[in-house]
Amino acid sequence: MLHDRDRIFTNLYGLHDWRLAGARARGAWDGTKAIVARGREAIVNEVKASGLRGRGGAGFPTGVKWSFMPKQSDGRPNYLVVNADESEPGTCKDRDIMRHDPHLLIEGSLIAGVGMGAHTGYIYIRGEFVRERERLQAAIDEAYDARLIGKNNINGWDFDLFVHHGAGAYICGEETALLESLEGKKGMPRLKPPFPANVGLYGCPTTVNNVESIAAVPDIMRRGGAWFASIGKPNNTGTKVFCISGHVNRPCNVEEAMGISLRELLEVHAGGVRGGWNNLLAVIPGGSSVRCLPASQCNFLSMDFDSLAKLKSGLGTAAVIVMDKSTDIVRAIARISYFYKHESCGQCTPCREGTGWMWRVLTRMAEGRAHKREIDMLLDVTTQIEGHTICALGDAAAWPVQGLIAHFRGEIERRIDEYAAHPDNDGVLDPKVAEAAE
Amino acid sequence: MTKLIIDGKEIEVHPGSTLLQACEEAGAEIPRFCYHNRLSIAGNCRMCLVELVGAPKPVASCAWAVSDCRPGPKGEPPQVRTRSPMVKKAREGVMEFLLINHPLDCPICDQGGECDLQDQAMAYGVDSSRFKENKRAVEDKYLGALVKTSMNRCIQCTRCVRFATEVAGVPELGATGRGEDMEITTYLEHAMRSELQGNVVDLCPVGALTSKPYAFAARPWELVKTESVDVMDAVGSAIRVDTRGREVMRILPRLNEDVNEEWISDKTRHVVDGFRVQRLDRPYVREGGRLRQASWSEAFAAIAAKLKGLNAARIGAIAGDLAAVEEMFALKDLLTRLGSKNMDCRQDGSALDPAWGRASYLFNPTIAGIEQADALLIVGSNPRREAAVLNARIRKRWRAGPMAVGLIGERVDLTYPYHYLGAGPDTLGELAAGRLDFADQMKRATRPMVLLGAGALARPDGAAIGSLAARAAIKLGAVKSGWNGFAVLHAAASRVGGLDIGFVPADGGLGADQMAAFGTLDALFLLGADEIEIAPGAFVVYIGSHGDRGAHRADVILPAATYTEKMGTYVNTEGRVQIGERAAFPPGEAREDWAVLRALSDVLGKRLPYDSLAQLRAAMIKAHPHLGHRDAIAPGDPSNVRKLAERGGSAESMPFAAAVQDFYLTNPIARASAVMAECSALAAGGMAMHAAE
Repeated sequence: MLHDRDRIFTNLYGLHDWRLAGARARGAWDGTKAIVARGREAIVNEVKASGLRGRGGAGFPTGVKWSFMPKQSDGRPNYLVVNADESEPGTCKDRDIMRHDPHLLIEGSLIAGVGMGAHTGYIYIRGEFVRERERLQAAIDEAYDARLIGKNNINGWDFDLFVHHGAGAYICGEETALLESLEGKKGMPRLKPPFPANVGLYGCPTTVNNVESIAAVPDIMRRGGAWFASIGKPNNTGTKVFCISGHVNRPCNVEEAMGISLRELLEVHAGGVRGGWNNLLAVIPGGSSVRCLPASQCNFLSMDFDSLAKLKSGLGTAAVIVMDKSTDIVRAIARISYFYKHESCGQCTPCREGTGWMWRVLTRMAEGRAHKREIDMLLDVTTQIEGHTICALGDAAAWPVQGLIAHFRGEIERRIDEYAAHPDNDGVLDPKVAEAAE
Repeated sequence: MTKLIIDGKEIEVHPGSTLLQACEEAGAEIPRFCYHNRLSIAGNCRMCLVELVGAPKPVASCAWAVSDCRPGPKGEPPQVRTRSPMVKKAREGVMEFLLINHPLDCPICDQGGECDLQDQAMAYGVDSSRFKENKRAVEDKYLGALVKTSMNRCIQCTRCVRFATEVAGVPELGATGRGEDMEITTYLEHAMRSELQGNVVDLCPVGALTSKPYAFAARPWELVKTESVDVMDAVGSAIRVDTRGREVMRILPRLNEDVNEEWISDKTRHVVDGFRVQRLDRPYVREGGRLRQASWSEAFAAIAAKLKGLNAARIGAIAGDLAAVEEMFALKDLLTRLGSKNMDCRQDGSALDPAWGRASYLFNPTIAGIEQADALLIVGSNPRREAAVLNARIRKRWRAGPMAVGLIGERVDLTYPYHYLGAGPDTLGELAAGRLDFADQMKRATRPMVLLGAGALARPDGAAIGSLAARAAIKLGAVKSGWNGFAVLHAAASRVGGLDIGFVPADGGLGADQMAAFGTLDALFLLGADEIEIAPGAFVVYIGSHGDRGAHRADVILPAATYTEKMGTYVNTEGRVQIGERAAFPPGEAREDWAVLRALSDVLGKRLPYDSLAQLRAAMIKAHPHLGHRDAIAPGDPSNVRKLAERGGSAESMPFAAAVQDFYLTNPIARASAVMAECSALAAGGMAMHAAE
């Protein structure tokens, strides 16, 4: 269990003052000037040494990402964009950071700005986060008033920070779609390459980072990358805010060390699975986009990027969705499928057409109104989407379905058998028979 | 050059090209829907996925630059596979996705037989569908008189959106909705306001956008395709005329990088129904004030009787805007044999004279040369209406990088921004004197261009305007060694050809406006001249294809052919000699124009010495050798522009008016077309709405 002294987000629950004075009392904005003075190279190296991996889901090393930004400007400015479009189902960590610890994010933005040579930062905040935006804006205003950021600030690095309010599209959390949206266009992902570090916002070098990644930076700089790297496991270092939801006794956000076991996480912080550990059916460990894991794989599960990737799932945003045995798992995944169908931007073919197809088949399967051979067909459809799209939404839509089929095929088949034994008036149309009739 | 291995074949390609282009160079066919080499890259159809060895996923070859391919671990060139199982599976997958919501209505779809989706489903798809759900239904959209929609068929490739936004410069198409609910629409369900909208039909890879006037008219395999040249404007766009039996069914663009790339204007494309109505299909003779049907011999006899004993100085001829060079040559020959000097091919009265040299009336920088220009002054022209395709070329140049555009004349929407300098010759004079800021921008440019519109020349002080514009071009550095930026944009297809063969009054002869005036002539031949009002008095012989203004005034009508019904030479505004081929036959008793003139010359006792078009053309080429060089431009001598500049003259301060007011109704064929009439009404309504805002 993480020691209190190692916590970064000391006001995660909003029990203390979120304003500048309160944040300062908790250590924010302490020695920022000295950190800025250490310079770009040192900051990037410190973040690299900390082993901080992007907290937005993909887990790309943050320091490495910053080092992609051009060192010599060709006349174009560099931009920092903070991705606060937190829309992944089950995830609510950035929201709490922004409303309870906004100054960590603002200070982190300044330091990140130094680390990537950016004098301008944009925080793209999710459309539904109205109060959060107001509070974040209030905190930014405080920082401007205290001359912590802005032109000629006391920290010695000119840095302007703007909050931009999205319109509530999940796809705008994808970094290039976010940039499009920020530019005032329709939020549709861009083709890569070129990557944003070369051609990003308004065609200028840009780095897009998650709120949690940026907010962790000031503490990494103050306490040293080695401190951060000492927490967690090799290659999966530091602390992470886990968002525990679903069938637990006390759903919560909690900051914990990477690599904590799932069971410890749930039992210590969330009051355990509803009805006891043995009542666990499955867990989605990283937000709706990753493959679910059945209870049998959960007993000694380590919550970090690499361990979960080994099980073909992922840490994602660390949004742990717990499902007990009362859950209709097929319906649950069908609902997730609907979400992706609804949020697909419609730009590229496999995702636009495939998400709707998967959802419709799954909806029938949830009722049992399907054929067993369609399970393999569905699996095949997911592989036709996965890896064939412009952005990762296609993958994100395919993975939950793949997880369902991999772990709960028996449940789908049972349901089909059940329905076949007691069909409703529509009956089940055998695809082969229908085809022959045509 | 970068080395690549594509399907085991090593090739060298330009590092800036895309993988798709590299694969094509290597001879590997890459299927695609959204990619089009004249539009921006969308990369959204995912049909062009190829395997890049070392990449974890298949990559979209249309969007992947060769320079983005990393060499192998030992420095070997990047390897691309276009026929691997991974690629096959990816293509089949995308094909299946595209087809799940595409209706199976090929038998009633106008795209059938020339449908990319149909063809690629055959080549890259699988034989049966696994999709058992309901298909999506999408409401059809209203896009105006020319583009019919069947949006169920749309595969959201966004080619039409990109064309409208990028090439046409009318960003009226877009996609609303998200995911599978994404729909292509004009945002407000109004007609598209572009003179190039017909091109979206060609671009649409499926049957979602089809031609409204051509709906359910023919199947592509029934059509005979004839490659020809357009005469609706002076651009001379390359076209393909599709006929079934005797009838022209449709006109499509043909690739000509130097002229129209692969676009044509809506007038070029949709004038087709004008070929069928208002046709003069037999000779007429006016008796007792009324035209009555007559036989050829009666008509010829009436002309011969009238011309007998007439003073040759009181006979004249005016050639219209659609005339081919051959028939003008024959008519000039006939007039000369009759002893007359009264002939003119400039029925709008524009002040151009072949005597001033060819460079004084050509679009010297050439249309493709627009892309080299870095500053442009437009004088008295609305290129969007006078030459829509050429305007798209200017827009293309403007999109490619900064180009200063200045406009003197009517303030209009040209689809690209410009500095509005003024309305009339005074501004042009000031500019020539270097008194405006824009003059400095022109002088700083390495290849400035001065585009002089036909409207500026077609006024009483046209000669002075032409001279002033030439002076401005020289002063602003548009005429120098290696670059002649003096560009006359004609509005009539016949104009340059007519000037080239000298179809203008010889010394002492009468010009078009004098011939049209009261009491100057006793007999006047109109060769398809419909844009001029002929005063009462003269005996008028109209040789042409349509019952328009000229035919109404005529005393004898000799029915002739449209440009699709005859072979003829046309010289476009750049001076490019092009040949239009015959795709159909003239209706009824109508005959090709040159043959009519040949027969008439016999009756008049002045037999023209050619019995076939080939002989006529040989005579024409002998007299004007440059007309023998098909598809080539005989460049003008830049010193002509200097001479023109020295001519001087005093220009009035009356503001410039563009040569074309109603884009859709500029010639007798277009005026006969119901489709063009509808477009004209829609455009007028659009403008009224615009004015009300």
